[in-house]
Amino acid sequence: MCELVEKRYMRRGLALAVTASIALAACTQTPATTGSPSPGASASVAPGTFTRGQGGELKILYWQAPTILNTHQATGTKDYDAARLIQEPLASWGVDGKPVANGLAKEIPTVDNKGVSADFTTVTWNLASGLKWSDGTAVTADDVVFTSKYMADTDTADPNSDYMTGVKSVVATNPTTVTVTFDAPTANPYQFGTGGGNEIMQKAQFEKCLGAKASECPENLKPVGTGPYKLTEFKSGDVVTYEINTNYRDAKKPYFKTVQLKGGGDALSAARAVFQTGDVDYGWNLQVEAPVLKALITGSTKGDYLGKASSNVERVNINFANPDPALGDQRSEPTTKHPFFNGPDGLIVRSALAMASDRATIGDQLYGNGLTGTSTCNQLLGSDGWTSKNTATMSVCKFDPAAANKLLDDNGWVKGSDGVRAKGGIKLKILFATTVNALRQKEQDILKKNWEAVGFSVELRSLPGGVFFSNAADGANRFYYDVSMFTNGSTPDITGYMAGWTTKQIAQKSNNWNQNNYHRYSNPAYDAIVEQMRTTTDQAKLNLLGIQANDILIKDVVVIPLVNRFQVASGKSKALQGTNLNPWDSEMWNIADWYKTP
Amino acid sequence: MGRYIIRRLLIAIPTLLIISFVVYGILALAPGDPLSQFANNPNVPPEVRERIRESLGLNQPWHIRYVKWLLALLKGDFGYSFMSHLPVINLLIERLPNTLAVVGVAYILGIALAVPIGMISAVKRYSIFDHLATTFAFIGFSVPTFFTGLLLIILFSINLHWFPFIYDSTLKVKDFGSFIDQMKQSIMPIIVLALFDTATLARYIRAEMLEHLPLDYVRTARGKGIAERLVVIRHVLRNSLIPVVTLVALGVPAVFAGAIVTEQIFRVPGIGELLIRSISDSDTPVVAAIVFLFAILVVLFNLVADVLYAVLDPRIRYA
Repeated sequence: MCELVEKRYMRRGLALAVTASIALAACTQTPATTGSPSPGASASVAPGTFTRGQGGELKILYWQAPTILNTHQATGTKDYDAARLIQEPLASWGVDGKPVANGLAKEIPTVDNKGVSADFTTVTWNLASGLKWSDGTAVTADDVVFTSKYMADTDTADPNSDYMTGVKSVVATNPTTVTVTFDAPTANPYQFGTGGGNEIMQKAQFEKCLGAKASECPENLKPVGTGPYKLTEFKSGDVVTYEINTNYRDAKKPYFKTVQLKGGGDALSAARAVFQTGDVDYGWNLQVEAPVLKALITGSTKGDYLGKASSNVERVNINFANPDPALGDQRSEPTTKHPFFNGPDGLIVRSALAMASDRATIGDQLYGNGLTGTSTCNQLLGSDGWTSKNTATMSVCKFDPAAANKLLDDNGWVKGSDGVRAKGGIKLKILFATTVNALRQKEQDILKKNWEAVGFSVELRSLPGGVFFSNAADGANRFYYDVSMFTNGSTPDITGYMAGWTTKQIAQKSNNWNQNNYHRYSNPAYDAIVEQMRTTTDQAKLNLLGIQANDILIKDVVVIPLVNRFQVASGKSKALQGTNLNPWDSEMWNIADWYKTP
Repeated sequence: MGRYIIRRLLIAIPTLLIISFVVYGILALAPGDPLSQFANNPNVPPEVRERIRESLGLNQPWHIRYVKWLLALLKGDFGYSFMSHLPVINLLIERLPNTLAVVGVAYILGIALAVPIGMISAVKRYSIFDHLATTFAFIGFSVPTFFTGLLLIILFSINLHWFPFIYDSTLKVKDFGSFIDQMKQSIMPIIVLALFDTATLARYIRAEMLEHLPLDYVRTARGKGIAERLVVIRHVLRNSLIPVVTLVALGVPAVFAGAIVTEQIFRVPGIGELLIRSISDSDTPVVAAIVFLFAILVVLFNLVADVLYAVLDPRIRYA
């Protein structure tokens, strides 16, 4: 449950990121051609020398079962991934966070090839020639335009509709060319059309599904697609079987005759099926406890573990507003101030909290130190280019309870008879909330001990994922507690991600808590850096600004990052080759390239 | 008898109405929101969410929703699943064969094993067989299915590689080979469930038999010189089975409801697995349909049990 919620959560980051960067961009500089993200070098890994249909059945196991096969009505990763074998976007996000032309587009539009206009307001996509749907009809630019209409239509309620925010128009200039025009210069010209959530739908099939009844449309369960496989049978909530799409554009692919994607069960037995029995070729998201996973992987003759670092950060969030229930509807509003996290001693108390947090133990014991995550003290991760190296030497990044105690002692926070520090009648009492999840509760226990050792009183709370990740009363957005803990991470568009801590994005009642700055953090210096990021298209400069923004968040202890959680923690059989997992797109993004060695 | 059945059926109507009201009320008042999946998704802005809510009918107070649901139900319409966007009845029909193939077979196997075990235990009371059967029975109903399930997986799937532990619902039995495959993939969940059924029923049959063995009619039968085997089977067993038959009838609804834990462990896409997943997704129409159908079956098989009792035992008369 939790994993699903988190992935959605990450998607939200991207969505808001894109919205914000487009709405607020004031692109005055003439962007240098090198500034646009350049496409990845090759479309895929070496595909071997296989021919279409050479292999037998590919068995994939997801412990969450797909319930719908149209990504434009999807409710979780399981649905996006299961649909990706059939439905494809124009391009994918590659391993390095750059677009890769393995979809319907002939090539990635760039400023160099005149695909992106010099002012970064229009993008022209050329479709590959001779593209056909699995039913044999031709793929045309009209299908792309239709997809954009479906995504933008409010009644249809496409969960991916935000990829259309800031898009002025999507027009078919000829049967194989689509021009996307943005309202303003955009830092991410690939926003529409690239990656999961942008899969192209067949107009002829889905035309009648537009509007309020879109979700009940039976076509959602049997989409026609362009991908390497087409649907054979779908049992919602159980299993999907696929066969080769004979109209797939690459005559040599795919390798497998059929694919079976089975859903349900639990992560532990899925891991057993990959590493111990070899019953399946691929197992999704095997996030079981690190020591258990390690034991399964070590010495496995059947399978390989595919952990991949990502931008995801499990972190402690500090509330700068006052969550006191006595405040009524002013509770946690940005007009209030947290009694000890945001007073004159705010930074001191926050720093002490950070110095008392033992992230190394959490990383080692719960995440296997590099197995499903590694401890980190950065909020912005995902690429070496934008990962700060400055935080390692910061005092707030070192686990040092003695120094934390001293800091509080020196500033007059005195321990009472109950071991809880207080100053001027204010006690350091913390309510600490997160989701219900065995791993998270263990993290909570470690942190509670850490923090109590330096004189905080900590009350733990855990809420079901569906409640916590919502803007309802107990939700993380409203932040009716002192500290919270969850994971999210940047997308390739780091500006949008870092904008989530700006004053403009403070979540509060007036915006229905639908903004990313749950902390109610407000720092003009930070806002200025993000403004600068918006007008920067040079990646190197952008990276430097991103690092500066990250360092402020850490030094000012807005967040206490704990662990860089792996987005992908799947497993494959030893024989399965060609998987190239990728934190920026669906795990199935290159399934056409998968094959088996005998 | 006919009047009795009609009266019971008429009483069943208000019973079911009350059950449906309680079920729907509990589901409506339970925390969790089927739209919570959209709550932190700004791609679905609040006004769109409100529109989805309206199209699902969730904006109305729950007693009005209940009446609408009940009226649709009377027409045989269970509504659409929030998650699959499929009619609930289709989901149930798709899953029922899997549940019957596993839970149903286990139940039959359980009965088939329990009768001889219970009988022999009673006749050869305190023998080694009886001690073994008793031990086995206590293990059977005191060890939870999630434990025996995992034990079997580790033993037979992981160490011995005999059976798969991922149930393949796309397997179609066409020939002997595929029948063997079907046996292989369902044997472990069947054993887990049958173990429990056998254990409880065998104890019950043993107790019934022991009650009947010293009775006068048994002595009379023996006195007439009937062979001991025939005495036990024709006289004692037949009479002892009367309460057992009703017990078996009362257990039938549970077969249709599936086995939540066992189906989850072995990935059998049955009704129980659907139920537990729908509960965690707050997929109310599916949960309501399963629970209500279960209630109907319980009421129905209660009646069946009572009628059977009267048919089998001439001493019972319903006025």
